[in-house]
Amino acid sequence: MTTAFIIYKIILVLLVFAVSLGIAAYSTYAERKIAAFLQDRLGPNRAGPFGILQPIADGIKMFMKEEIIPNVSNKFLFVLGPAIGMLTALMTGAVIPWGPNIMWHGESLPLQVTDVNIGVLYLLGVVSIGVYGIMIGGWASNNKYSLLGALRASSQMISYEVAMGIAIVTLIMMTGTLQTSAIAAEQHSFWNGHYFSWNFFKNPLTFLIFFICALAETNRTPFDLPECETELVGGYHTEYSSMKLGFYLFAEYVNMFISSAVMSLFFFGGYNFPFMDKISDPNIVALIGTLVMFAKTLFFVFVFMWIRWTIPRFRYDQLMNLGWKILIPLSLLNLIGTGLGMWGMGKL
Amino acid sequence: MQSLTNRSKVVVKKEMSFTEKLYLPAVLNGMRITLSHLFKKKATISYPEKERPRSSVYRGEHVLKRDENGAERCTACGLCAVACPAEAITMVAAERKKGEENLYREEKYAAVYEINMLRCIFCGLCEEACPKEAIFLTDRIVPTEFERRDFVYGKDKLVEPVDKRVDVTKRQTAAVLEFKKHPEFAHNKLWDPSRSLKTKKAH
Repeated sequence: MTTAFIIYKIILVLLVFAVSLGIAAYSTYAERKIAAFLQDRLGPNRAGPFGILQPIADGIKMFMKEEIIPNVSNKFLFVLGPAIGMLTALMTGAVIPWGPNIMWHGESLPLQVTDVNIGVLYLLGVVSIGVYGIMIGGWASNNKYSLLGALRASSQMISYEVAMGIAIVTLIMMTGTLQTSAIAAEQHSFWNGHYFSWNFFKNPLTFLIFFICALAETNRTPFDLPECETELVGGYHTEYSSMKLGFYLFAEYVNMFISSAVMSLFFFGGYNFPFMDKISDPNIVALIGTLVMFAKTLFFVFVFMWIRWTIPRFRYDQLMNLGWKILIPLSLLNLIGTGLGMWGMGKL
Repeated sequence: MQSLTNRSKVVVKKEMSFTEKLYLPAVLNGMRITLSHLFKKKATISYPEKERPRSSVYRGEHVLKRDENGAERCTACGLCAVACPAEAITMVAAERKKGEENLYREEKYAAVYEINMLRCIFCGLCEEACPKEAIFLTDRIVPTEFERRDFVYGKDKLVEPVDKRVDVTKRQTAAVLEFKKHPEFAHNKLWDPSRSLKTKKAH
């Protein structure tokens, strides 16, 4: 492990950190803009041209707000909650390959913070810890609405993580690896000679299940019951104010960005794009590949918002029905079907 | 049983079909509709830059008129305050001193005249009550303020400047003009130079 290697990794870590936060900040702006446009409004357009300084104004506002810690709350856990939420949201970006390797002084450098061989498990694990942020925050607030929101969040997470896990198992069966960089490399280019190389075209049903579960995992509409305003005031963050509230709201956007990145990585080829073999310079491939990766990711972020401003939220029993009675059997059938299909094609 | 109106409908609680139970076709259809709105013309009017067209008889911020010679028409009779259903108008009357004839049209005038714009409902009853054609509502919009007290408009804001008259002819519909021909309102007529000479002689 040379000094250059460590410096390179530190730069990469800071870049991923900054980009995740930057995109999350501008997701708040995009959300408001898209919401407005879908409702025939203009959205924020006063702070700077087209309102592009709005996230900064929002950030300043959040920091300026009064910091309130309820007397009856568990103060340590109350502060810990949003911190965990934010930490886990930012940790997931570490195993995602953001682009093809770049060549620098004859050395091939991966655009990935760490290429662990159990990257998929790492993602699942960190995302599961994320719910602790919500649970701890909701419980420590000592408020019945917060507690109900936290309970909903955790039960929803548990319900949908099962289906999501099975969908990922199906994916792993197809790819044969838990390494995120290998999953990306397997979907090389767009056409592998006789079929599309992206996993989505091999098994669209897995993507559908994964996508629905990702909506539930990030607490987005139609599964945003933990912060259901009409029933629970603000849900798990009812008692939060100032930047602690900002962290919760922000973590949701970081999670959205990361799960979009994971979806484009798992199912839509990540940084791969058609005719990438025609370009000889690896650095240009890396540049275009990274841009393609971000384009796919931002498209999914858009889809998340598009869904949010289209459909209403599920009722709680509908949510549980969908999770346990439909998605889990469906993903199990999908798993068996994929297995049979692979056996039929002689790939087992 | 015969229904009374024939408008009642039998509610059918039919089982959802398979495609309906899938939800996805309906969700996709909804998403198609919302996406089409992404490119539609926006309904928003960016207010301070652009204003939506208002009626020519719009009832907005009040103005206290001056007559042709620049003297305030208001005589502090208090009929507007009595007429006001929101009790937004208050005034203090004073007597005109010698030499102030060019400032106040009548012998009595309003030393203080205040309208609380937060109370005002812009009904226009003050304008209707005024026998002196002194108060009018205009098509101007009361601007926003940060402090409550700034919404209490005094004479400094209400009386029109001598050199920047506020046009209220749009509020004077044909019916209103016809009504004002009544001899009872002769005192509001255009200033007649001969009449003014006569009044000066009378003094």
